This record gives sequence, C-alpha cells and structure tokens, in this order.
Amino acid sequence: MAITLIINGAEHGVTAETETPLLYVLRNELKLKGTRFGCGRGQCGACTVLVDGKAVQSCDFPVSAAAGKSITTIEGIATDGRLHPLQQAFIAEQAAQCGYCVSGIIMAAKALLDAKPRASECEIRAALKGNLCRCGTHHRILRAIRRAAEEMNR
Amino acid sequence: MSQRSDSAQPRQLPGSLNTNRRLDRWLKIDRDGTVTVFPGKVEIGQGILTALAQIAAEELDVALERIRLAPAATSYSPDEGVTSGSRSIQEGGMALRQAAAEARDLLLQRAAARLDVSLEQLTVADGQVTARSGGSVTYWELTSDDLLARDATGDVAPKPLAQHAVIGTSVPRRDIPAKVTGAPSYVHDLDLPDMLHGRIVRPPSPGAQLTALDEAQVREIPGVVAVVRDGSFLGVIAEREEQAIRALNRCQRIAQWRETAALPEPDPRYLLRADANSEVISEKSGDAERATTTLEAEYARPFVAHASLGPSCAVARFSDGRYTVWTHSQSIYPLRHDMSKVLGVAQEHIVITHVEGAGCYGHNGADDVALDAALLARGVPGRPVRVQWMREDEFGWEPFGSAMVVRMSAQLDGEGRIANWTHDLWSHGHSTRPAGKDGVNLLGAWYLERPVAAATPGNPALPAGGSHRNAIPLYDFPNQRITNHLVLKAPLRTSALRSLGGHVNVFAIESFMDELAATARADPVEFRLRHLKDARARAVIEAVAAKAGWRRGEKGDGARGRGIGFARYKNLGCYVAVIADVEMGREIAVRRAWAAVDAGLAINPDGVINQIEGGMIQSVSWTLKERVQYDRERVVSRNWEDYPILTFEEAPEVEVVLINRPDQPPLGTGEGAQGPTAAAVANAIYNAMGVRLRDMPFTRDRVLAALA
Repeated sequence: MAITLIINGAEHGVTAETETPLLYVLRNELKLKGTRFGCGRGQCGACTVLVDGKAVQSCDFPVSAAAGKSITTIEGIATDGRLHPLQQAFIAEQAAQCGYCVSGIIMAAKALLDAKPRASECEIRAALKGNLCRCGTHHRILRAIRRAAEEMNR
Repeated sequence: MSQRSDSAQPRQLPGSLNTNRRLDRWLKIDRDGTVTVFPGKVEIGQGILTALAQIAAEELDVALERIRLAPAATSYSPDEGVTSGSRSIQEGGMALRQAAAEARDLLLQRAAARLDVSLEQLTVADGQVTARSGGSVTYWELTSDDLLARDATGDVAPKPLAQHAVIGTSVPRRDIPAKVTGAPSYVHDLDLPDMLHGRIVRPPSPGAQLTALDEAQVREIPGVVAVVRDGSFLGVIAEREEQAIRALNRCQRIAQWRETAALPEPDPRYLLRADANSEVISEKSGDAERATTTLEAEYARPFVAHASLGPSCAVARFSDGRYTVWTHSQSIYPLRHDMSKVLGVAQEHIVITHVEGAGCYGHNGADDVALDAALLARGVPGRPVRVQWMREDEFGWEPFGSAMVVRMSAQLDGEGRIANWTHDLWSHGHSTRPAGKDGVNLLGAWYLERPVAAATPGNPALPAGGSHRNAIPLYDFPNQRITNHLVLKAPLRTSALRSLGGHVNVFAIESFMDELAATARADPVEFRLRHLKDARARAVIEAVAAKAGWRRGEKGDGARGRGIGFARYKNLGCYVAVIADVEMGREIAVRRAWAAVDAGLAINPDGVINQIEGGMIQSVSWTLKERVQYDRERVVSRNWEDYPILTFEEAPEVEVVLINRPDQPPLGTGEGAQGPTAAAVANAIYNAMGVRLRDMPFTRDRVLAALA
C-alpha cells in the first residue's frame, strides 16, 4: 500500500506492505543507511530512530504505524550544516570503534536529552538499556553523551 | 657445486614488504597532490587505517590530509594474509613505513637532479622539496607512473625517532565522522543498481540434511525471484529485503531436515575425556629449594561467541563466468582461494573487495556469507545479490571461541617462591580460517550436493600459538612443564576469537598466581614481581598498581575487592597489567578497571588506549556473562536474550596508562587486555569475598554455589 512518511521534516511517499518493519523502508526505499539492522527483535538498538520524539527500534516497528508521525533518523539531526552536539561530542571523544552501534545510540541519547537535558549518569545509562555495544566503547560513549549534555545546556 | 648465497637469498624486508616487494603495490604518488596507499590489512574497527595514514604521512613528509587509502582488493592490493593476531602495525605498518621511506628517497633523487644540487641540500615540507640554494619542486611534479615500479631495496632507513611529527600523536580516526552522521560506512550499506536481497535457510543443527521442501510454496510469495537449492544448501532471493525474509521464514516452517548432531554436555570438562593430541610445549628443569607446599586447581571456559553487532553480510555478482564480491572478510586472498575451489573457477575470475563491517573480534561469519552471496548470485546472473545473515544465523553458525579446560599444579618452597609449575590445557583448535592446509573453511560448502569437506582444524604455531597461546608463563620458574592437549574433533565449529587461547591461559595462570600468593601469604603484586625479571613486564605491573592506588595486602570487605592480572600478549606483543574493582550486589559488577600497557612505539596513542579500554570491557563481558548454550543437537543461544552481553548499566569505568616507548618497535595491542582482565576480575572476587571462581562465566549462581 502507499504510505506517507514524514522523515527528517520532509514528506515521502513509499509503497510497502503494512507490516514491513520501518527499518527496511528507511534503508532500502529512502536510502537512509545510517539506521542499521542488528537483531530484528528490538533487542540491540542498532536501528533506533525517533518517532514523535520517542526512541523506537525500527526493526520491529511496522511502517504503517509510522504513517503521519514525525520520524527522525541519524541523517536528520544536524541543523544548517552543523553537526548535532551529540555528533560533535562523539567525534571529540573518539567514541567509536567499529561504530555499528553508534547511530542508534546517538538517537537514544537524543531522545533522552531532549526530554531531560540534565539527565544524571544513572539516567543516561538506563536510557541506553536497549542499546548494545560489542566493541566495549561504553565508557567513551557515556563520556561523549555527558559532554554533549553540557554543551546543550550551555 | 657451490651456491652463491648472496644472490640466492633475497634480503629480508620489514613486515609484509618481504613477500610483496614492489613499491607500487604499497603506494602511489599522484599528480593531483595526493598519495594513495594500498594496505592489505583491513579496518575492523580497530583504527588501523588512521595509523597507516600516519605512517605514510610521516615517512613521506606530507600532510595527513593528502593520504588516501584504497580499499583492500584482490585486484591490486598486497597479499597480507589475514588481518588478525594484533599484527597489522608490525606487518602492514612496518612494510608501509619502509616503502614510503624508499619512495621519498626516489623522489629526492629526482629533485636533486632537477634542481642540480646534492641530496644533502634538500629539505621537504608537505611534499615540497626545497634546495638550500633556493630552488624548489613538488612531489606532484616529480612523480611519474614508473616512479615506484621497482622492488624495495631495504637500503633506505626510515626517519629517526627524533624527527617524528605525526607518528606518536593521537590523530583523530578518519572513519568516525561518517559513522556518527549515518553516512554509508559498511558492506551492509552497499546499494548497487538492480540489487536483489538474499537470505540463507540454515539447517536446524550442524550437519542436518534437507530432506523435503515444497519450493512452489516459497516461489508464490510476492517478490521472490529464485529459490536456490544445492544439496542441503538453501537460499532465497527476492526483490525486496522484507520479501526475502518472508521467504526465509516460510522455508523454515516447511522445510524438513534430518538431524544427526550429537552435542556434548554443557560443562567444558567433556574435553578431558575426548581423544587429544598431547604435546609438551615447554619443559624446564633446574635447581630449586625443597618444595614444601603443593597446590592444584582447574579452570574452565565454555564456548564464547564473537557476537558481532551487525550480522555478517556480503554482496556478490556473477556475470560472464566471473564473480565480483564485496565483503568484510579479514582475509580477502585466503577467501578467494577457498571460494575458487567451491565455485570451480580460477582465482583470477573472482575479484574480492573489502568493505568495512561491524567489529568481528576474530573469525566470524564474514567469509561464510561471502560464499553464500556468490552461490545465490550464480542463480541470477548479472544481478548483484546482497545477503545478510539474520541474528539467529550469526549466533547459530559463527565459529565460536573454543571451550577450554586448564589444570594447574605448582609447588612452593619454604621461601614462598614457586619451585615447580605445570600447566595442562585442553581445547579444540583455534584456527579454521579459509585457506587451511586442506579442504575448504566456508560453511556453505559443506552442505552442497557435492560437498567440499572442511579443512583439518588446527592451531597457529608457537610462539604465537592458538589454544596454547600464552600458555608458557613469562614468569621465571626453575622447573616447568606445559602440555597442550588438542582435541581436533569439535562438536561445534571453533575458530579464532580475540586472543584465542590467551584469554583462558592467562586467566588460569594469573588466577593460580593469586592462589599461590595467598598460600605464601604474599601480596599479589609483590608475589608477581618476585618471579618476574623482564623489566617491561615489571613496569606495567608497577604502573597499574600506582594508578589504581594498590595497597599491599589490602583485603576486601566481603562485598567489594580488587584484583590484578598481567600478561605479555603472545609472549611477544604488548605488555598489559589490569586491576579491577568488583562489587557483589545481585550480580557481580566490575565498577572500575585500570590498565597499564606498553606497546613499544605507539603510532597513535589514543588508538592504543581505545583498543585496551574496549578489550577490558569486552573481557569483563565474556568473563561475567557469556556462554553459548546448546542442547544435545542444537545451539540454543540464538539472540541477545539467550546470549546476554554487558550492558551500559553494567559497564565499568576504565582508565589506561600508556607507557610509550618510541625507541622500541611497535607491538600488537588489539588483544592484549583480554586475559589480564579476566584474571583481575576473578582475583578481585576472591579478594572481596574469599571465594575462588574457576569456571567462567562468573554468574550469580556460581558465586552463591561457591559461598555455600
């Protein structure tokens, strides 16, 4: 069926079966490759995007449920050519090894900091409950999120 | 007849340059003001490409921004075997350093001729060669297509240490900006015109045979282009990815299999009863004081998964009898070797290009999925097919890090020194990468109508070793005997997992050192130093003790405690000592960990630190939580719920002290933290609660059982 999606502020018409996970529509129809497949069961967070500001695992989120809602992906968080403070902080802290988990983690962190700009260390860790990192970059990632939070609160 | 030895034996050149001697295999000076480097080693998230760019920029005296890195490909890259074993700097980096130094020398010779001055008159800054008398010319003007069309000589010395300006600095990683902005970065993100999507229908258990499948029920699914069946190898191809997954799911529901697997009990001690090739790998007898106390202990680890976050993926195209493959394999040439045997085409008719994947931590499904994609592509000539394993495939079919058992025995003399030391280890082989000595090490090949058998499993040879990696202690014991019991027949597929046997051997040695220290009523740090002459080894132990504020003889409080572990990776790589602080709550938590590392010359200090930090956290995960679960037939760990790993809520704070030794050769770093961290955690638990855990993972149940 034809579905209209609002992605990173722009409307896109796509054709897909209603139960198709949003992830495949983003990656294959709209060529937004920054959202990644990790498990297909909402367990690892590599596919995290924002739907109406809330972090959602797009691998088990049907595209029909996203119709008409505002979807934000990693490609849509820089503004006017300026990287988002989270992206800047991840670069500044060199907070990646393989980086496969990173876009999902940035999106989960953005959902948290947008709702709670002064989130505590505990809250940051809890907000990343649904995100896995296999390289062991946790410590740098947490440092980058704290740095971004400080920057955003300035 | 006498032989002229001088010309018969070509001169030994640094690293992989020795086997890839042409300079233009390594780099090219371009007229547009850039330098293209052709590494044979590949990026696996360890930051190697940034370090290689630094080496090239340094030796050539050009700005880092001028260095471009060509993806590794069998059509032009030097054959550097496998990107593994923490050898990329030592092999690829040192080769590139020499090649770049020789390229610079050739450019300077041309400049001297052009400017009509002697070499000594010349200086270089960012590719601009200037004569003291005033004239100048750039590399980009001096270069020509044949400049590097020659073998390296080994006659040019790389830059002296004192002149290093780029090597030794923490240059930011080149790949991170793309990764944090969501730009296509992985083979998973390749999107070629007319590309189809494939999925493989794996059997329910190892060795199972496909007995029946009603293909019509699969073909009727909208979008399905082909069902590829060859013996018990089964795959589906569809226009859209979700359609391929739907076809996969239907196949899984309707396909019938005959299962034959007979998996062992979950306890790794089944290894002790299996047929093994036993070999004494180190034996030493010397004078010792009369031993007064004997101690014995047994340590074990179950099968552990690489568990890449991104399931293995490849894209392949078959046309005009030739295959083009994009892969995140760590070994493009060995992969091509094995693929050519299975596909029945000459190696020259397969072009394999590396594209980065998710971190692999050793030999995972990367090579297998490349063959899978080629086998599917053969069914739809002309159209590229992208195959990604599902999460369940990755857990079910990747080669695991082998289960292992280690038995230790030692005697202390009256002075509290170790007089005798024996170490017996049981394990399956730790290397079943492609291009084994026989057979084919690609999963799909074993299930074809005319199957190609797997290669005989084995181990990398000592001194690096496989299951016996790090089994020979670095400590100075007057008497020792180390025996490797290699169990060749493995019930589950095993291969290289970061540090191979080093994780378990170091865990056992360093746990046992702690047990002996306790028996000798000695402080664990002091006890280690008592047995250690190597000055660099002592230095990392002392540095981490200072950093963590280690207090001699300090006891834990019943819930919290700290422990130390040490090793020199492979006994020839980096030196790492780790201290961990643990706390027992509902589960054991590692709150903080410190490491000191000496990797010789650090090309990129932050890169070394990042690898050690990541290694520590990953090792904490393996050690506290990880165990591949299986029943008598099937692997039952199939997703992250069945195979939990360390979460953000559980991750420790980590801190690394880097002892940089620019005057010493660089030493491999990527795997150095795995063993020492495991031991530090075990020793911290003992320090905290007085219980000794010898079986990984250290779950709550095991702690409670030990306390009971």
